[in-house]
Amino acid sequence: MRLPLLALLAKEPAHGYELKQALEVTFGSAYPSPNIGQIYVTLGRLEKDGFVRAVDVEQSNRPNKKVYYLTAAGREALEAWVDEPTEGPRVRDEFFMKLVLAPLTGISDRMALVNRQRRHYLSLMRDLDELAERTDPGNRVARLLIEGAMLHLQADLDWLERCQEDLN
Amino acid sequence: MIRAIGLVKIYQTGGLPVPAVRGVDLVVEPGEFVAIMGPSGSGKSTFVHMLGGLETRTSGEIWLDGKRADTLSESGWAVLRRQKVGFVFQFFNLVTNMTVADNVELPALLGGASPKHARERREYLLAELGLEERASAAPGQLSGGEQQRVALARALANQPRLLLADEPTGNLDSRNTRDVLKLLGKVHRQGQTIVLVTHDARVASMADRVVSLLDGQIVDDAPIARIQRRPGGTAGDIVELRG
Ligand SMILES: Nc1ncnc2c1ncn2[C@@H]1O[C@H](COP(=O)(O)OP(=O)(O)O)[C@@H](O)[C@H]1O
Ligand SMILES: [Mg+2]
Repeated sequence: MRLPLLALLAKEPAHGYELKQALEVTFGSAYPSPNIGQIYVTLGRLEKDGFVRAVDVEQSNRPNKKVYYLTAAGREALEAWVDEPTEGPRVRDEFFMKLVLAPLTGISDRMALVNRQRRHYLSLMRDLDELAERTDPGNRVARLLIEGAMLHLQADLDWLERCQEDLN
Repeated sequence: MIRAIGLVKIYQTGGLPVPAVRGVDLVVEPGEFVAIMGPSGSGKSTFVHMLGGLETRTSGEIWLDGKRADTLSESGWAVLRRQKVGFVFQFFNLVTNMTVADNVELPALLGGASPKHARERREYLLAELGLEERASAAPGQLSGGEQQRVALARALANQPRLLLADEPTGNLDSRNTRDVLKLLGKVHRQGQTIVLVTHDARVASMADRVVSLLDGQIVDDAPIARIQRRPGGTAGDIVELRG
Protein backbone atom coordinates (compact mmCIF):
# COMPACT_ATOMS: atom_id res chain seq x y z
CA MET A 1 0.00 0.00 0.00
CA ARG A 2 3.03 2.30 0.27
CA LEU A 3 3.19 3.30 -3.37
CA PRO A 4 -0.52 3.90 -3.94
CA LEU A 5 -0.42 6.24 -0.95
CA LEU A 6 2.57 8.10 -2.38
CA ALA A 7 0.73 8.38 -5.70
CA LEU A 8 -2.35 9.85 -4.04
CA LEU A 9 -0.21 12.31 -2.09
CA ALA A 10 1.52 13.37 -5.33
CA LYS A 11 -1.82 14.80 -6.37
CA GLU A 12 -2.39 16.78 -3.18
CA PRO A 13 -1.63 16.67 0.53
CA ALA A 14 -4.23 14.73 2.50
CA HIS A 15 -4.93 13.28 5.91
CA GLY A 16 -5.33 9.60 6.57
CA TYR A 17 -9.07 9.39 6.22
CA GLU A 18 -9.05 11.27 2.92
CA LEU A 19 -6.51 8.78 1.58
CA LYS A 20 -8.74 5.88 2.55
CA GLN A 21 -11.64 7.49 0.73
CA ALA A 22 -9.55 8.26 -2.34
CA LEU A 23 -8.45 4.62 -2.55
CA GLU A 24 -12.06 3.51 -2.41
CA VAL A 25 -13.19 5.96 -5.07
CA THR A 26 -10.32 5.05 -7.41
CA PHE A 27 -10.58 1.28 -7.22
CA GLY A 28 -14.16 0.76 -6.10
CA SER A 29 -14.78 -2.76 -4.93
CA ALA A 30 -11.79 -3.97 -6.92
CA TYR A 31 -9.34 -3.14 -4.15
CA PRO A 32 -9.75 -4.73 -0.75
CA SER A 33 -10.43 -1.59 1.24
CA PRO A 34 -7.72 -1.02 3.88
CA ASN A 35 -8.74 -0.06 7.37
CA ILE A 36 -7.76 3.32 8.71
CA GLY A 37 -5.28 1.77 11.15
CA GLN A 38 -3.30 0.18 8.30
CA ILE A 39 -3.18 3.51 6.55
CA TYR A 40 -1.77 5.31 9.56
CA VAL A 41 0.81 2.59 10.15
CA THR A 42 1.94 2.84 6.51
CA LEU A 43 2.06 6.63 6.66
CA GLY A 44 4.19 6.39 9.80
CA ARG A 45 6.68 4.15 8.02
CA LEU A 46 6.76 6.41 4.97
CA GLU A 47 7.45 9.33 7.26
CA LYS A 48 10.31 7.46 8.95
CA ASP A 49 11.81 6.73 5.52
CA GLY A 50 11.62 10.42 4.63
CA PHE A 51 9.11 9.93 1.80
CA VAL A 52 6.32 11.94 3.40
CA ARG A 53 6.13 14.59 6.08
CA ALA A 54 3.23 15.53 8.28
CA VAL A 55 2.03 18.91 9.49
CA ASP A 56 -0.42 19.42 12.29
CA VAL A 57 -3.45 21.37 11.28
CA GLU A 58 -5.53 22.88 14.01
CA GLN A 59 -9.22 22.28 13.94
CA SER A 60 -11.77 24.20 15.96
CA ASN A 61 -13.24 22.11 18.80
CA ARG A 62 -11.58 18.90 17.56
CA PRO A 63 -8.10 17.49 18.05
CA ASN A 64 -5.45 18.55 15.53
CA LYS A 65 -5.25 16.46 12.42
CA LYS A 66 -2.10 15.44 10.59
CA VAL A 67 -1.94 16.38 6.95
CA TYR A 68 0.64 14.46 4.96
CA TYR A 69 2.54 15.70 1.97
CA LEU A 70 5.11 14.17 -0.39
CA THR A 71 8.81 14.97 0.01
CA ALA A 72 11.31 15.17 -2.87
CA ALA A 73 12.60 11.71 -1.89
CA GLY A 74 9.01 10.46 -1.91
CA ARG A 75 8.45 11.79 -5.40
CA GLU A 76 11.66 10.12 -6.57
CA ALA A 77 10.60 6.78 -5.13
CA LEU A 78 7.20 7.13 -6.79
CA GLU A 79 8.69 7.99 -10.17
CA ALA A 80 11.12 5.09 -9.96
CA TRP A 81 8.22 2.75 -9.18
CA VAL A 82 6.08 3.93 -12.08
CA ASP A 83 9.04 3.96 -14.43
CA GLU A 84 10.40 0.47 -13.91
CA PRO A 85 8.84 -2.54 -15.63
CA THR A 86 6.63 -4.56 -13.30
CA GLU A 87 7.58 -8.14 -12.51
CA GLY A 88 5.30 -10.61 -14.34
CA PRO A 89 3.26 -13.00 -12.23
CA ARG A 90 5.34 -15.97 -11.18
CA VAL A 91 3.99 -19.42 -11.77
CA ARG A 92 3.37 -20.61 -8.26
CA ASP A 93 0.91 -23.29 -8.90
CA GLU A 94 -0.10 -25.66 -6.16
CA PHE A 95 -1.90 -27.86 -8.62
CA PHE A 96 1.25 -28.39 -10.65
CA MET A 97 3.02 -29.43 -7.47
CA LYS A 98 0.31 -32.01 -6.81
CA LEU A 99 0.48 -33.26 -10.36
CA VAL A 100 4.23 -33.78 -10.32
CA LEU A 101 4.30 -35.33 -6.87
CA ALA A 102 1.17 -37.46 -7.30
CA PRO A 103 3.00 -40.72 -8.06
CA LEU A 104 5.08 -40.32 -4.87
CA THR A 105 1.94 -40.09 -2.79
CA GLY A 106 0.56 -43.27 -4.25
CA ILE A 107 -2.07 -41.31 -6.17
CA SER A 108 -0.71 -42.00 -9.59
CA ASP A 109 -3.80 -41.19 -11.60
CA ARG A 110 -2.69 -37.92 -13.08
CA MET A 111 -5.41 -38.10 -15.69
CA ALA A 112 -8.08 -37.92 -13.00
CA LEU A 113 -6.32 -34.98 -11.31
CA VAL A 114 -6.15 -33.04 -14.56
CA ASN A 115 -9.76 -33.76 -15.40
CA ARG A 116 -11.01 -32.61 -12.03
CA GLN A 117 -8.91 -29.49 -12.22
CA ARG A 118 -10.21 -28.66 -15.70
CA ARG A 119 -13.78 -28.82 -14.50
CA HIS A 120 -12.88 -26.69 -11.52
CA TYR A 121 -11.36 -24.01 -13.76
CA LEU A 122 -14.49 -24.02 -15.88
CA SER A 123 -16.63 -23.56 -12.77
CA LEU A 124 -14.45 -20.61 -11.81
CA MET A 125 -14.87 -19.19 -15.30
CA ARG A 126 -18.61 -19.47 -15.09
CA ASP A 127 -18.45 -17.69 -11.76
CA LEU A 128 -16.39 -14.88 -13.29
CA ASP A 129 -18.85 -14.58 -16.14
CA GLU A 130 -21.69 -14.15 -13.69
CA LEU A 131 -19.65 -11.61 -11.77
CA ALA A 132 -19.06 -9.71 -15.01
CA GLU A 133 -22.80 -9.74 -15.68
CA ARG A 134 -23.50 -8.21 -12.28
CA THR A 135 -20.76 -5.60 -12.50
CA ASP A 136 -21.72 -2.08 -13.46
CA PRO A 137 -20.49 -1.64 -17.06
CA GLY A 138 -19.41 1.89 -16.13
CA ASN A 139 -16.95 0.52 -13.58
CA ARG A 140 -13.97 0.17 -15.86
CA VAL A 141 -11.48 -0.78 -13.19
CA ALA A 142 -13.60 -3.69 -12.01
CA ARG A 143 -14.36 -4.76 -15.57
CA LEU A 144 -10.71 -4.85 -16.55
CA LEU A 145 -9.79 -6.80 -13.45
CA ILE A 146 -12.41 -9.43 -14.21
CA GLU A 147 -11.18 -9.64 -17.77
CA GLY A 148 -7.64 -10.06 -16.49
CA ALA A 149 -8.74 -12.87 -14.19
CA MET A 150 -10.46 -14.56 -17.13
CA LEU A 151 -7.37 -14.36 -19.30
CA HIS A 152 -5.24 -15.85 -16.53
CA LEU A 153 -7.73 -18.65 -16.12
CA GLN A 154 -7.63 -19.35 -19.85
CA ALA A 155 -3.84 -19.58 -19.66
CA ASP A 156 -4.13 -21.99 -16.72
CA LEU A 157 -6.48 -24.15 -18.74
CA ASP A 158 -4.19 -24.17 -21.77
CA TRP A 159 -1.30 -25.13 -19.55
CA LEU A 160 -3.36 -27.92 -18.02
CA GLU A 161 -3.90 -29.29 -21.50
CA ARG A 162 -0.16 -29.28 -22.10
CA CYS A 163 0.38 -31.11 -18.82
CA GLN A 164 -2.16 -33.73 -19.81
CA GLU A 165 -0.52 -34.26 -23.18
CA ASP A 166 2.99 -34.53 -21.78
CA LEU A 167 2.65 -36.28 -18.46
CA ASN A 168 0.51 -39.17 -19.65
CA MET B 1 -31.11 -36.51 -29.44
CA ILE B 2 -27.80 -37.72 -30.81
CA ARG B 3 -25.87 -40.81 -29.95
CA ALA B 4 -22.49 -42.12 -31.06
CA ILE B 5 -21.57 -45.73 -30.43
CA GLY B 6 -18.01 -46.97 -30.82
CA LEU B 7 -17.26 -44.31 -33.38
CA VAL B 8 -13.94 -44.75 -35.17
CA LYS B 9 -12.19 -42.75 -37.85
CA ILE B 10 -8.94 -43.84 -39.43
CA TYR B 11 -7.64 -41.56 -42.16
CA GLN B 12 -5.88 -43.45 -44.89
CA THR B 13 -4.13 -40.98 -47.13
CA GLY B 14 -1.06 -42.41 -48.81
CA GLY B 15 1.34 -43.86 -46.24
CA LEU B 16 0.46 -44.81 -42.69
CA PRO B 17 -3.12 -44.93 -41.44
CA VAL B 18 -3.92 -42.13 -38.97
CA PRO B 19 -6.35 -43.14 -36.23
CA ALA B 20 -8.07 -39.81 -35.47
CA VAL B 21 -11.05 -41.06 -33.44
CA ARG B 22 -10.66 -44.33 -31.61
CA GLY B 23 -13.93 -45.65 -30.28
CA VAL B 24 -16.04 -42.82 -28.95
CA ASP B 25 -19.36 -43.30 -27.17
CA LEU B 26 -21.46 -40.24 -26.51
CA VAL B 27 -25.11 -39.56 -25.75
CA VAL B 28 -26.48 -36.02 -25.91
CA GLU B 29 -29.98 -35.45 -24.58
CA PRO B 30 -32.41 -32.98 -26.16
CA GLY B 31 -31.72 -29.47 -24.94
CA GLU B 32 -28.28 -30.36 -23.62
CA PHE B 33 -25.20 -28.22 -24.28
CA VAL B 34 -22.02 -30.28 -24.51
CA ALA B 35 -18.58 -28.71 -24.93
CA ILE B 36 -15.78 -30.79 -26.42
CA MET B 37 -12.26 -29.87 -25.42
CA GLY B 38 -8.83 -31.35 -25.95
CA PRO B 39 -5.43 -30.60 -27.40
CA SER B 40 -4.91 -29.89 -31.05
CA GLY B 41 -4.92 -33.12 -33.05
CA SER B 42 -6.98 -35.04 -30.47
CA GLY B 43 -9.76 -35.69 -32.99
CA LYS B 44 -12.32 -33.02 -32.05
CA SER B 45 -12.99 -31.74 -35.56
CA THR B 46 -13.10 -35.22 -37.03
CA PHE B 47 -15.59 -36.26 -34.38
CA VAL B 48 -18.09 -33.40 -34.86
CA HIS B 49 -17.78 -33.65 -38.63
CA MET B 50 -18.78 -37.30 -38.37
CA LEU B 51 -21.73 -36.36 -36.14
CA GLY B 52 -22.92 -34.03 -38.89
CA GLY B 53 -22.30 -36.51 -41.68
CA LEU B 54 -19.58 -34.30 -43.14
CA GLU B 55 -16.95 -36.98 -42.74
CA THR B 56 -17.52 -40.70 -43.19
CA ARG B 57 -16.91 -43.00 -40.24
CA THR B 58 -14.59 -45.99 -40.41
CA SER B 59 -16.79 -47.92 -38.00
CA GLY B 60 -19.38 -47.37 -35.29
CA GLU B 61 -22.90 -45.98 -35.28
CA ILE B 62 -24.55 -42.57 -35.22
CA TRP B 63 -28.17 -42.17 -34.19
CA LEU B 64 -30.06 -38.93 -34.62
CA ASP B 65 -33.53 -38.53 -33.16
CA GLY B 66 -33.85 -42.28 -32.79
CA LYS B 67 -32.91 -43.00 -36.41
CA ARG B 68 -29.72 -44.58 -37.63
CA ALA B 69 -27.77 -41.97 -39.58
CA ASP B 70 -24.30 -43.36 -40.22
CA THR B 71 -25.59 -45.66 -42.96
CA LEU B 72 -27.10 -42.78 -44.95
CA SER B 73 -25.78 -41.84 -48.36
CA GLU B 74 -24.27 -38.42 -48.91
CA SER B 75 -27.57 -37.10 -50.25
CA GLY B 76 -29.44 -38.72 -47.37
CA TRP B 77 -27.18 -36.82 -44.97
CA ALA B 78 -27.74 -33.61 -46.92
CA VAL B 79 -31.49 -33.93 -46.44
CA LEU B 80 -31.08 -34.76 -42.76
CA ARG B 81 -28.83 -31.75 -42.18
CA ARG B 82 -31.24 -29.45 -43.97
CA GLN B 83 -34.02 -30.62 -41.68
CA LYS B 84 -32.27 -31.01 -38.39
CA VAL B 85 -28.64 -29.95 -38.12
CA GLY B 86 -26.90 -26.59 -38.17
CA PHE B 87 -23.12 -26.71 -38.56
CA VAL B 88 -20.59 -23.97 -37.84
CA PHE B 89 -17.26 -24.74 -39.48
CA GLN B 90 -13.95 -23.68 -38.05
CA PHE B 91 -13.21 -21.88 -41.32
CA PHE B 92 -16.74 -20.55 -42.01
CA ASN B 93 -17.40 -22.11 -45.48
CA LEU B 94 -19.62 -19.22 -46.56
CA VAL B 95 -20.78 -19.01 -50.17
CA THR B 96 -18.47 -16.32 -51.50
CA ASN B 97 -20.59 -15.05 -54.40
CA MET B 98 -23.70 -14.50 -52.29
CA THR B 99 -24.41 -11.65 -49.88
CA VAL B 100 -24.30 -12.17 -46.15
CA ALA B 101 -28.10 -11.95 -46.05
CA ASP B 102 -28.49 -14.64 -48.72
CA ASN B 103 -25.96 -16.88 -47.00
CA VAL B 104 -28.05 -16.78 -43.85
CA GLU B 105 -31.44 -17.09 -45.54
CA LEU B 106 -30.48 -19.94 -47.84
CA PRO B 107 -30.68 -22.82 -45.36
CA ALA B 108 -34.07 -21.63 -44.12
CA LEU B 109 -35.38 -21.43 -47.69
CA LEU B 110 -33.95 -24.86 -48.51
CA GLY B 111 -35.58 -26.15 -45.35
CA GLY B 112 -38.94 -24.98 -46.66
CA ALA B 113 -39.45 -21.69 -44.80
CA SER B 114 -41.39 -18.90 -46.55
CA PRO B 115 -39.26 -16.03 -47.92
CA LYS B 116 -40.84 -13.69 -45.38
CA HIS B 117 -40.05 -16.00 -42.48
CA ALA B 118 -36.51 -16.60 -43.75
CA ARG B 119 -35.93 -12.85 -43.97
CA GLU B 120 -37.28 -12.15 -40.51
CA ARG B 121 -35.16 -14.89 -39.00
CA ARG B 122 -32.08 -13.57 -40.82
CA GLU B 123 -32.72 -10.01 -39.61
CA TYR B 124 -33.11 -11.22 -36.05
CA LEU B 125 -29.93 -13.33 -36.07
CA LEU B 126 -27.75 -10.71 -37.74
CA ALA B 127 -28.96 -8.09 -35.28
CA GLU B 128 -28.20 -10.36 -32.32
CA LEU B 129 -24.66 -10.76 -33.60
CA GLY B 130 -24.15 -7.07 -34.31
CA LEU B 131 -24.08 -7.60 -38.09
CA GLU B 132 -27.23 -5.84 -39.32
CA GLU B 133 -25.08 -3.30 -41.18
CA ARG B 134 -23.26 -6.02 -43.11
CA ALA B 135 -26.28 -7.78 -44.60
CA SER B 136 -25.63 -6.73 -48.20
CA ALA B 137 -21.85 -7.24 -48.08
CA ALA B 138 -20.08 -10.18 -49.69
CA PRO B 139 -18.30 -12.55 -47.26
CA GLY B 140 -14.95 -11.56 -48.75
CA GLN B 141 -15.45 -7.99 -47.54
CA LEU B 142 -15.81 -9.14 -43.95
CA SER B 143 -13.17 -9.71 -41.28
CA GLY B 144 -12.58 -13.25 -40.05
CA GLY B 145 -14.55 -12.53 -36.91
CA GLU B 146 -17.51 -11.20 -38.88
CA GLN B 147 -17.49 -14.21 -41.19
CA GLN B 148 -17.45 -16.48 -38.18
CA ARG B 149 -20.56 -14.79 -36.79
CA VAL B 150 -22.30 -15.01 -40.15
CA ALA B 151 -21.53 -18.73 -40.15
CA LEU B 152 -23.22 -19.04 -36.76
CA ALA B 153 -26.25 -17.07 -37.96
CA ARG B 154 -26.49 -19.35 -40.98
CA ALA B 155 -26.31 -22.47 -38.82
CA LEU B 156 -29.16 -21.18 -36.65
CA ALA B 157 -31.30 -19.89 -39.53
CA ASN B 158 -33.29 -23.05 -39.76
CA GLN B 159 -33.84 -23.41 -36.02
CA PRO B 160 -32.15 -26.81 -36.25
CA ARG B 161 -32.80 -29.51 -33.68
CA LEU B 162 -29.05 -29.88 -33.25
CA LEU B 163 -26.35 -27.24 -33.49
CA LEU B 164 -22.83 -28.56 -34.16
CA ALA B 165 -19.97 -26.09 -34.02
CA ASP B 166 -16.22 -26.42 -34.47
CA GLU B 167 -14.41 -23.66 -32.55
CA PRO B 168 -17.00 -20.99 -33.35
CA THR B 169 -15.12 -18.29 -31.45
CA GLY B 170 -11.65 -19.23 -32.68
CA ASN B 171 -11.35 -16.06 -34.74
CA LEU B 172 -13.12 -13.61 -32.47
CA ASP B 173 -11.84 -10.93 -30.14
CA SER B 174 -13.31 -10.76 -26.68
CA ARG B 175 -16.14 -8.36 -27.52
CA ASN B 176 -17.33 -10.42 -30.48
CA THR B 177 -16.96 -13.55 -28.40
CA ARG B 178 -19.35 -11.97 -25.93
CA ASP B 179 -22.01 -11.49 -28.65
CA VAL B 180 -21.65 -15.12 -29.68
CA LEU B 181 -21.81 -16.27 -26.06
CA LYS B 182 -24.98 -14.28 -25.49
CA LEU B 183 -26.68 -15.77 -28.52
CA LEU B 184 -25.58 -19.29 -27.65
CA GLY B 185 -26.88 -18.81 -24.11
CA LYS B 186 -30.16 -17.51 -25.42
CA VAL B 187 -30.84 -20.33 -27.90
CA HIS B 188 -29.72 -22.86 -25.31
CA ARG B 189 -32.24 -21.49 -22.82
CA GLN B 190 -34.87 -21.81 -25.54
CA GLY B 191 -34.06 -25.52 -25.74
CA GLN B 192 -31.41 -25.67 -28.45
CA THR B 193 -29.27 -28.81 -28.30
CA ILE B 194 -25.61 -27.87 -28.81
CA VAL B 195 -22.44 -29.86 -29.34
CA LEU B 196 -19.53 -27.50 -29.63
CA VAL B 197 -15.76 -27.85 -29.90
CA THR B 198 -13.85 -25.09 -28.15
CA HIS B 199 -10.59 -24.03 -26.54
CA ASP B 200 -12.24 -21.00 -25.04
CA ALA B 201 -12.90 -21.45 -21.35
CA ARG B 202 -15.69 -18.86 -21.41
CA VAL B 203 -17.54 -20.76 -24.11
CA ALA B 204 -16.96 -24.13 -22.46
CA SER B 205 -18.08 -22.81 -19.08
CA MET B 206 -21.56 -22.20 -20.49
CA ALA B 207 -22.03 -25.87 -21.30
CA ASP B 208 -23.91 -28.33 -19.14
CA ARG B 209 -21.21 -30.92 -19.67
CA VAL B 210 -17.60 -31.04 -20.81
CA VAL B 211 -16.20 -33.94 -22.79
CA SER B 212 -12.41 -34.09 -23.05
CA LEU B 213 -10.71 -35.87 -25.90
CA LEU B 214 -7.12 -37.06 -25.90
CA ASP B 215 -5.63 -39.08 -28.75
CA GLY B 216 -9.04 -39.78 -30.23
CA GLN B 217 -10.59 -41.07 -27.03
CA ILE B 218 -12.82 -39.59 -24.36
CA VAL B 219 -10.85 -39.19 -21.13
CA ASP B 220 -13.45 -37.19 -19.22
CA ASP B 221 -17.17 -36.62 -19.50
CA ALA B 222 -18.84 -34.78 -16.63
CA PRO B 223 -20.99 -31.78 -15.77
CA ILE B 224 -19.53 -28.44 -14.69
CA ALA B 225 -20.32 -27.89 -11.03
CA ARG B 226 -21.65 -24.63 -9.66
CA ILE B 227 -19.43 -22.85 -7.22
CA GLN B 228 -20.86 -22.17 -3.80
CA ARG B 229 -20.26 -18.49 -3.63
CA ARG B 230 -20.79 -15.84 -1.03
CA PRO B 231 -23.76 -13.78 -2.10
CA GLY B 232 -23.12 -10.27 -3.35
CA GLY B 233 -19.51 -10.99 -4.30
CA THR B 234 -17.69 -8.25 -6.18
CA ALA B 235 -14.58 -7.81 -8.26
CA GLY B 236 -12.74 -7.23 -4.99
CA ASP B 237 -13.03 -10.97 -4.32
CA ILE B 238 -10.87 -11.95 -7.25
CA VAL B 239 -7.99 -9.54 -7.14
CA GLU B 240 -4.88 -9.24 -5.16
CA LEU B 241 -3.33 -5.96 -6.14
CA ARG B 242 0.16 -5.54 -4.86
CA GLY B 243 2.35 -2.50 -4.52
N1 LIG C 1 -8.23 -35.19 -43.92
C1 LIG C 1 -7.30 -35.76 -43.16
N2 LIG C 1 -6.42 -36.65 -43.64
C2 LIG C 1 -5.49 -37.23 -42.87
N3 LIG C 1 -5.35 -37.00 -41.56
C3 LIG C 1 -6.20 -36.13 -40.99
C4 LIG C 1 -7.21 -35.46 -41.75
N4 LIG C 1 -7.90 -34.64 -40.91
C5 LIG C 1 -7.34 -34.78 -39.69
N5 LIG C 1 -6.33 -35.68 -39.73
C6 LIG C 1 -5.51 -36.12 -38.57
O1 LIG C 1 -6.39 -36.65 -37.61
C7 LIG C 1 -5.99 -36.27 -36.30
C8 LIG C 1 -7.14 -35.53 -35.63
O2 LIG C 1 -7.35 -34.31 -36.31
P1 LIG C 1 -8.55 -33.31 -35.96
O3 LIG C 1 -9.80 -34.09 -35.91
O4 LIG C 1 -8.47 -32.19 -36.90
O5 LIG C 1 -8.14 -32.87 -34.48
P2 LIG C 1 -8.51 -31.53 -33.65
O6 LIG C 1 -9.72 -30.92 -34.28
O7 LIG C 1 -8.72 -32.03 -32.26
O8 LIG C 1 -7.32 -30.65 -33.73
C9 LIG C 1 -4.74 -35.47 -36.46
O9 LIG C 1 -3.64 -36.30 -36.28
C10 LIG C 1 -4.82 -34.99 -37.89
O10 LIG C 1 -3.54 -34.78 -38.42
MG1 LIG D 1 -9.98 -28.95 -35.09
